[in-house]
This record gives sequence, structure tokens and C-alpha cells, in this order.
Amino acid sequence: MTTPRYKRFLLAVLAWAIALIIFFPILWMALTGFKTEAAAIADPSFVFSPTLESYVAVHARADYLKFALNSVVVAFGSTLLALLIAIPSAYSMAFLPTPRTKGTLLWMLSTKMLPPVGVLMPIYLLFRDTGLLDTLTGLIIVYTLMNLPIVVWMLYTFFKDLPRDILEAGRMDGASTLQEVRHLLLPLTLPGIASTGLLAVILSWNESFWSLNLTSSDAAPLTAYIASFSSPEGLFWAKLSAASTMAIAPILVFGWLTQKQMVRGLTFGAVK
Amino acid sequence: MPGSCPGSPLPTIAVNLMNKTRAYGRTVGGLRSLSLQAPAVTLLLLWMLVPLGMTLWFSFQRYNLLMPGMTGFAGLENYEYLLTDPALWSAMGVTLLLVGWVLFITVVGGTLLAVLFQQDFLGRGVARVLAISPFFVMPTVSALVWKNMMMHPANGVLAWLANLFGLPAVDWFSSLPLTSIVIIVAWQWLPFALLILLTAIQSLDDDQVEAARMDGAGPIAVFFFITLPHLKRAISVVIMIEMIFLLTIFAEIFVTTSGGPGLATTNLAYLIYIQALLDFDVGTASAGGVIAIILANIVAIFLVRLVAKNLES
Repeated sequence: MTTPRYKRFLLAVLAWAIALIIFFPILWMALTGFKTEAAAIADPSFVFSPTLESYVAVHARADYLKFALNSVVVAFGSTLLALLIAIPSAYSMAFLPTPRTKGTLLWMLSTKMLPPVGVLMPIYLLFRDTGLLDTLTGLIIVYTLMNLPIVVWMLYTFFKDLPRDILEAGRMDGASTLQEVRHLLLPLTLPGIASTGLLAVILSWNESFWSLNLTSSDAAPLTAYIASFSSPEGLFWAKLSAASTMAIAPILVFGWLTQKQMVRGLTFGAVK
Repeated sequence: MPGSCPGSPLPTIAVNLMNKTRAYGRTVGGLRSLSLQAPAVTLLLLWMLVPLGMTLWFSFQRYNLLMPGMTGFAGLENYEYLLTDPALWSAMGVTLLLVGWVLFITVVGGTLLAVLFQQDFLGRGVARVLAISPFFVMPTVSALVWKNMMMHPANGVLAWLANLFGLPAVDWFSSLPLTSIVIIVAWQWLPFALLILLTAIQSLDDDQVEAARMDGAGPIAVFFFITLPHLKRAISVVIMIEMIFLLTIFAEIFVTTSGGPGLATTNLAYLIYIQALLDFDVGTASAGGVIAIILANIVAIFLVRLVAKNLES
């Protein structure tokens, strides 16, 4: 069935117009980052002489790097920890299933449904009393646990897709469990593990409930740093834009790279 | 002694050994799977039960960090205080409006866009990537970009556009505060719905569509009788996952309106935050937390059921 040419042309124009409208705020932010503060609040225009002044200004406040580093440490630290805890668990669920496995998986999913605000008070008080408030360790612990169910689920679906014969063959050749995991499972499911890791990094990087409530200065990641621009005295659009662009750029790229596998993780395998 | 004769008993021992390991293997396997899962399960159990138990406990206590002297069992006082406070009902209303509108916009919009972006056109891959991008932007950035560069009543792009058409500029956050929040949140979640539904629509059988077309079905009939039924499950997954996140939207409100003007944009999550970290009223905040947990669980039960069904197939 062929659609007439003009119809296809119109569809393309419509789709592109919608895509550009949706993307516009991001594009506009990226452009504003290259404007002077005066140009940033002038009438909107695509024509301006680009300057790096805002980027330099944001970096000159040495604390930008501190916040960025906090984000990196927290996002990658919690992801690594979650993977370490989740891999054995997902392995046993996929390859040594017991009658309890399904129930355990569903229970893990259900812990994700607990709204963070419902446990804000206890976590805040526990962190206050153990000195974890405003520490990277505290944030890493929260993000690890927050992402653990999704990470286990995603790894489980990837491990399950692996043909069992391959592992059987390894076992026949006398491989121990550890060897089996190291030399067969990990290399074969590396793409799946990588996209699971990327999803966990994205979720931790953008998390904005715990980061705003559990950190103040020392351990504040970029989400909290950007929030500090909301005070009226901190209203510098070009600097806000420059800082925001740097804060979202790496994650945007990660998101583009993993969009397909991400669906699996975000819907707990219910949509493939 | 059988042992003195090395030839014959060895196979028996080997067979015995094999039987033993097999019988043994089952329990060892069970133990092994238990020990492999133990760290994840234990941590999640603690992460769930300890705070949940504490929230429940606090919700029945008189406990305010600013009034250290006043402690003790409060019975249902905190709940009574909350449930008779008009702020709670206003926050419930705001929560429902926010969730309802965002769901409506993202599900209807996401379905239509999924159909559109499924068509074959030049640069489809790039257009898709652009359209799903907002989902990867951190909430504080989205909210501040919209608040300042888009919706600012004097220098924002929307004000400039309004001027261009000779319309008065809208002071978004003072005259339409909740609408503004809905726009920002919908902008973040429309790409999520699009991403999921686009994936789901790709598994639609082309032959089925072809056959329907042959039988004279127009594009609208195809959409309602083939595409929509095919997307039914994906749509329900989108609705439930969004609901869980939208019920407790926080950062977008925190950096734009701080719940105001008045209580116009204070949802349940923000109300609990005010009581917890601004008023330090642990008891009332915890009672609010229990209400939020109950609301989320009503949705969660349906989602878990749906996923469980999928796990069997």
C-alpha cells in the first residue's frame, strides 16, 4: 500500500515540527548558554554573537566542579554497588529458579512502589542520627537501594535470554560457578549489563527528591546545585543555561544510546 | 574386605557418590540460590520495613523536633489533625488534578505521536531522538528552564510569541500556577509515554493492518480497531508507572512555585515536605506519609498483577 507522495511529505513535516517543538526548550537552553546575560533576557533571537563567558563564569565558581564530581561519584558509585549486589541475585533467579523466585521478583518490584515522601521522615532522622546527612555515602546508599529492584529485574530478563546450553556446556567442561560467571555469563551478557548500568546511572543522576532533601552543601549533586538558581537573587539565565547544559549533556547522550533497552527496565519487562 | 580389592567396589562408590551429590545438589542448589539472593533481599527488606515501620510508629506519636518536651502516644490525633485540615484536602485535590491532567495529556499525546513516529519519513530516527529527549533532563533543569526562559511574563519565549500575535502576555505562575506545573510535568512525561508506546507499536503485525486496509478500513478505523487494542497493555503499563511517579511530584514544585500562591500548587508530597522539614512536625508528616503510601499502593496492586500475568506467559 503506497501513500501518495504529498501525504507522506505532510506527515514528515508534521512529525518534524512536533519533534522540534518538544525539543525546543532544550535547544533554547543550549543556545542561551552561549549568550551574554544581557542577550539572554533580550527578545528571543537565534542570531547573536556566541560567547563562552557564561561557561567561564560557571567554572570560575570552583564549586561547579565539586557538584559535578558529587554527581559522578554518587551516580557511578551507586550503580556499581547495585550491580555487584544484583548480579548474584539475578544469576540465581535466572539459572537456579525455585518456586519462590517469581514471588521474590514481584516483591522486589513492589518495594519500588513505596513513595519516597512516605518514608522521608524516618530516613531523614536515621541519617541525622548516624551522621549520614549531606554525605556522599548517604546518597550512594539511598540510590543503590532505590535502583536495586530495577537493576535485578533488568539483569534477570537479560540473563534469561541467554541460551542455557552455553552454560550447560561450560559446566560439562568442568567450570566452577565462579568461572562460569566470569568467563561465560559476564562476557555474553555484557551489553545487557552495560545498558542496565546506564539506566541506573541516568536514574541516579536525575534523582531530585532525596538529593534536595538529604544534602545541603558538601554532598549536593548537580540537581541540587541547579535548584539553587531558583532563588530570585540567583537569576542569571545565561549562567543557569550554561550550567544546565553541562549537567544534562552526558545523560542525554546515555539516554539516546540506551532508549531501546530502557523500555525493558522501565516497564519491568512488561513491554518489549 | 571389599576395600582390599581395588577393582570392583570403585564403581559402586562412584555411583553412591553421584547419587549423594545429586540428592545433595538439590538442597545445595536451594541454599546456593538463597545465599546468592540474600544480600539483595536482605537490603531491600531492611530498606522497606525499617522506614515503613518507623513512619507508622511516628504517625501515632506526638513528636515535633521543635518541641522536644512534648512526646508520647498520640493515638489517632495526627490523623485527626490532618484529616480535618483543609490543606490536606486541597493537597489531595491538587495531586489528583496534576496526575489526571498529566496522564490525559501524555497518554493521548503519546499514543498519537507513537502512530505518527511509526510512519516512514525522512530523518525519522533523529526526530524520534529529539522527541524523547526531555525525559532524560533532570527535573530541576526542566522546571527552571520552563519557569524562566519559556514562561517568564516579560522575557520568556511564550510572552514574546503572544506579543507577536498581539495577545497579552500571560503571567503563568501567578495566574495559572497549576496549569504551568502541569505543562512542565507533561513535557517531561510525554516522551516517556512516546518511548514505551513506540516500542509497543513496533510489534504490531503489518499483515493485519494490510488485511484491514484491503477490506476497506480507513486509517481511523485501523487506529481504533487494530492499533489501539494492540497498545492496550502498554498503555495500562504507562498509566500505572506514571501514576506512581506523578503521585509524588516534588522537585518541579520545589524550584518553581514552592507550593504557592497560597496552596494552589501544594500536592501531597509537598505538604508532607512542609510538615517534615519546614515545621519539623514528625508525627503529622508521618501520618501524611502513611496516606501517601496507601494511595500509591492502590495503584501498585494493579501494576504488580499486570506484571505477574506477563511473567507467566
